[in-house]
Amino acid sequence: MKYIISLSLLTFFLSSAMIQKNTITKPQPSVYQPDSGKIIYETYCLACHQEDGSGVPNMNPPLIKTDWVLGDSTRLINVILKGLKNTEINGDSYSNEMPSHDFLTDYQIAEVLTYVRKSFGNQAGPISSEDVKKQRAKK
Amino acid sequence: MKNLILFVSIIALLTSFKSADKNPIKKAKLKADADNGGITLPKGFGALVVSEGVGKARHIAVSEKGDIYVRLAKLKDGKGTIILKDNNGDGKADESIGFGSFVGTGIVIGNNYLYASSDSSVVRYPMVKGSPDESKPETIVTGLELYSEHGTKSLALDDKNHLYVTFGAPSNVCQEKNRMKGSKGMTPCPILEWHGGVWQFDANKKNQKQADGFRYVTGIRNIVGLDWNKQQGELYAMQHGRDQLTTLFPEMYNAEQSAELPSEEFLLLKKGSDFGWPYCYHDRFQGKKILSPEYGGDGKKQEICEGKDKPIMAFPAHWAPNALMFYTGDMFPAKYKNGAFICFHGSWNRAPLKQGGYFVAFVPFGKDGKPSGDYEVFAEGFSGGTEVKNPNDAKARPVGLAQSADGSIYITDSVKGKVWRIIHQ
Repeated sequence: MKYIISLSLLTFFLSSAMIQKNTITKPQPSVYQPDSGKIIYETYCLACHQEDGSGVPNMNPPLIKTDWVLGDSTRLINVILKGLKNTEINGDSYSNEMPSHDFLTDYQIAEVLTYVRKSFGNQAGPISSEDVKKQRAKK
Repeated sequence: MKNLILFVSIIALLTSFKSADKNPIKKAKLKADADNGGITLPKGFGALVVSEGVGKARHIAVSEKGDIYVRLAKLKDGKGTIILKDNNGDGKADESIGFGSFVGTGIVIGNNYLYASSDSSVVRYPMVKGSPDESKPETIVTGLELYSEHGTKSLALDDKNHLYVTFGAPSNVCQEKNRMKGSKGMTPCPILEWHGGVWQFDANKKNQKQADGFRYVTGIRNIVGLDWNKQQGELYAMQHGRDQLTTLFPEMYNAEQSAELPSEEFLLLKKGSDFGWPYCYHDRFQGKKILSPEYGGDGKKQEICEGKDKPIMAFPAHWAPNALMFYTGDMFPAKYKNGAFICFHGSWNRAPLKQGGYFVAFVPFGKDGKPSGDYEVFAEGFSGGTEVKNPNDAKARPVGLAQSADGSIYITDSVKGKVWRIIHQ
C-alpha cells in the first residue's frame, strides 16, 4: 500500500512538473534554456542563413567558420542591432541586406547569438544579456 | 567569258570545300558523355561536359565560330570573362583564356559586337574575324549606381539597334527599412524611378548614362533571365518574386504559404507595361495579382493590383529563374522551335521546407507568342541529389543559357562554373 501511495505521489509530481514545463511560455531570463536560442533562430534567422547555418552562396553569408561569428562578440552583437550590408566575408561578397533586429530583447539576442556560436560545428563562448545591453546603450 | 565562268566555278568550289570541311567534322565528333555529365535529359538528348569549372559562372554567349564566353561573378586570375575554345571539334574545351578585367552577369553577341555588363556599366568589343578585340573596348552605358541587392545587369539586343538593360530593385518590397519586420511599404515607391524595370538604350551610342535611356517597363522586382524573341519581335523576362512573407507577416502567412507564394512570373515585356511591384505580388493559386501586406493587403484584396499587367505563365515561388532563352535552332525536334528554356537556379527562401528549382525547364510556345502548354523539366540532377535542403548542398546550380550555331545549347553552373553542351542525337 505504502508503495502504491509513493508511486502515485511520484507520478503526480512528475506530471505536474511536466505540465509546469509545458505551460512556461516566456523563458526565464536567469536560466539558460538551450532551446530558446534555437526557436529564435528558426523564427528570425533560418529563412536566410538556413537550417545548418551555411547561408546562401552570393546572397546570405554563412554563420560557419567565420570570424564574424566566432570572433569579437561586440561586432557580432552590433550586426544584430544595426544590420549589415555590402561586407565581404571570407573573401566572398553577399548581395542581400541584413536588416536590423533591434526589436529583439537583450535576452533574445543573447540567446540566439549563444545558440549560433555553439551550433553548426561552431565552438565559441556564450554572449550574455548584459553584453547586449551594453552595446545597445552605446547606440 | 569562258574563263570568267571557270574562275567563278573554281571560287565557288573552293568556298564550298572550305565551309564543308569545317562544320560536318565538328558535328561528326560530338558525342554525349556516358553519364551526360551528371544530369538527366529527355529521351534522345545527351550532354557532354565542355569544362568542369571556370569559376563562379553567370551568363554565357557563343560566337558564330563556336567560341564560348562565360561571365564570372568573381575575378579569376584578374579576369571577368572566360573564353573556352574547342580546337579539335569534340565539344570539349581545349583552351581557356581570360578576357576583360571586370566581373558581371550580362553578355550578348550581336551587331558584330560582344556586349558585356558589370553592375555599373555596359562595354562592347568589336568582333574581328569572329573574335572580340579586347584592345578596343567601347563603353556604351556608364556611371550606373552600384548596389548589391539585385544589382546585376542582364542584357538583350533587339533587331532595331536597341540594347536592353535590367535595373533590379535594391529592395525586397520597398519598405522604409528593407526586409525589416513591421516596416511599412513606401507610397509611391521612390525606387521605381531608377530601378525595378528594364531600360532601353541605343546599342551603338557611347557613354550613355541611365537618364539617356528609356524606362521600357516598370513594376518588376528583379530580372536575371531576359531574352529578345526574334520571331515575335518582343522582349520577354522572368521575374524573381518577393521573399519572406512569413518572416515579415507571421500572423498572415505560415511557413508553407510563404514557401509557395508568390509566383515566379514569366513576363512579356510590352513597351510601357507595369507589373505592379512592390504594391502587388502574383498568387498562382488564386490566379491573380494580390495587394502586398506592406501596402495593406490581407492575402486576398486586389485593389490597385487588378489593373496591373499579368504574367503569361506563373511558376512556383522562389525557384529563381536566372536565364531565359528562346530556341531558334534546328538540331532539336520541332516542338522546341521558338519555345523557351529557363534555368531555375534554385531557391533558398522555402526553408524550413525543402528547396525547389535547380533544373532547366522548357516551355512550348504557340505562334501567338504565348505558352502553348505547361512547362516540362528539360534538364535536372544538377544539385547531385534528389532533394536540396540547404542551397549549399547543391553540387551545381544552372545559371546561364546559350545556343550555338549548330542548334545545340549550353548551360552554365554558378557553383564551380561547370559548362554542359546539350545535343540531340
